[in-house]
Amino acid sequence: MNQKNAGCPVCGADVIFDEDIVNGELVVCSECGLELEVTSTSPLILKEAPQEAEDWGE
Amino acid sequence: MSKISVSIAGGSGYTGGELLRLLLFHPHVKIKQVTSEKYAGKPVFKIHPNLRTITSLRFSTIEELKDCDCLFLALSHGRSLHKIDFFCGLAPKLIDLSSDFRLLTTEQYRRWYGINHPRPELLTQFVYGIPEIHRQEIKSATRVACAGCNATAALLGLYPLYQTPLCHPAKTIVEVKAGSSQSGRSPSPGSHHPERNGCYRVYQPTGHRHIGEILQELSLLWDSSFHFTATSVEMVRGIQAVSHVFLSEPATEKDIWKTYRQFYGSEPFIRIVKDNSGLYRLPEPKILSGTNFCDIGFSKDPLSDHLVVVSALDNLMKGAAGQAVQNFNIMNGLPEKTALNFPGLHPI
Repeated sequence: MNQKNAGCPVCGADVIFDEDIVNGELVVCSECGLELEVTSTSPLILKEAPQEAEDWGE
Repeated sequence: MSKISVSIAGGSGYTGGELLRLLLFHPHVKIKQVTSEKYAGKPVFKIHPNLRTITSLRFSTIEELKDCDCLFLALSHGRSLHKIDFFCGLAPKLIDLSSDFRLLTTEQYRRWYGINHPRPELLTQFVYGIPEIHRQEIKSATRVACAGCNATAALLGLYPLYQTPLCHPAKTIVEVKAGSSQSGRSPSPGSHHPERNGCYRVYQPTGHRHIGEILQELSLLWDSSFHFTATSVEMVRGIQAVSHVFLSEPATEKDIWKTYRQFYGSEPFIRIVKDNSGLYRLPEPKILSGTNFCDIGFSKDPLSDHLVVVSALDNLMKGAAGQAVQNFNIMNGLPEKTALNFPGLHPI
């Protein structure tokens, strides 16, 4: 299967996808670990996926 | 492939024990001798209990050392340089883990160690042993001086920033937290359990000797805006260097990512750890125990020029014995990760 790529909006790393990626799909950037959401497949656009708030001891 | 014969001068200390642990499982190495003046004749497992049944080696004295292909010097600081001719005569390749040949000039030794180096003509014959900075020179080197553990942690975090105009620091303040094994095997009143336990001891607020080699490698002058403080904390292995960097030009986190990726993208032992979720968001020395990794992370204050860089490693591994074995692999044309594949433990 062919692959597509797009830049991570946070760290700039190349994120690779299978060609049949669909809108709303979630992927994880392999470099910064950020969860990303596909908001458009043509052109391929990623945005930071909504995060559940964590209690970080504050 | 025939095995490379190696010996270790100074094998009873913690770095000597760590070298043994690594080299005993190195597929291209045969350990010929390991020395200890104090424990000569005793099996090495009596001093390094983790090696029981792993090896039947016994300690020799330095005078009993025979020729070998590569000699590791894991002696305490100041002891390599007085016997350096003897050591050089034993092996065509020498890897020194002490501070005796890290600095390039006698002026630096006077400034940071308060000594007139007795063999200044040898200083430029040693390559400073951080592969990520000097890999090409190490490939053809016959003598390598491994870097100090604190210096390694600080330098690996900072070096890429000092090489690029976009992220070049105007001022840097490094705070190192270090485990107790850094102070070696010999006990002192300060390492006595009732005194040491629970301490957060700022043992070197200014003037740490490792500053000399950091300035040397970052090409900074003595009076640069670079400051370094070291604190002993409640752990046995590990170093975490938190560097407060004040950038000379505006930069985004994406710029910082790009800089680190450019320098370390293909490095086998550098990992960029900067996660926005989970428990391990920035480098944590605990999970690096026994590994040769240096983890590096950062956070840029969006409202100022302040960049926080966090680097962590195991002081006995990437900060000493692991670094030495990595250099050995490079010097001998072997795959760099040979004998250094241990990924660490979790939980630990």
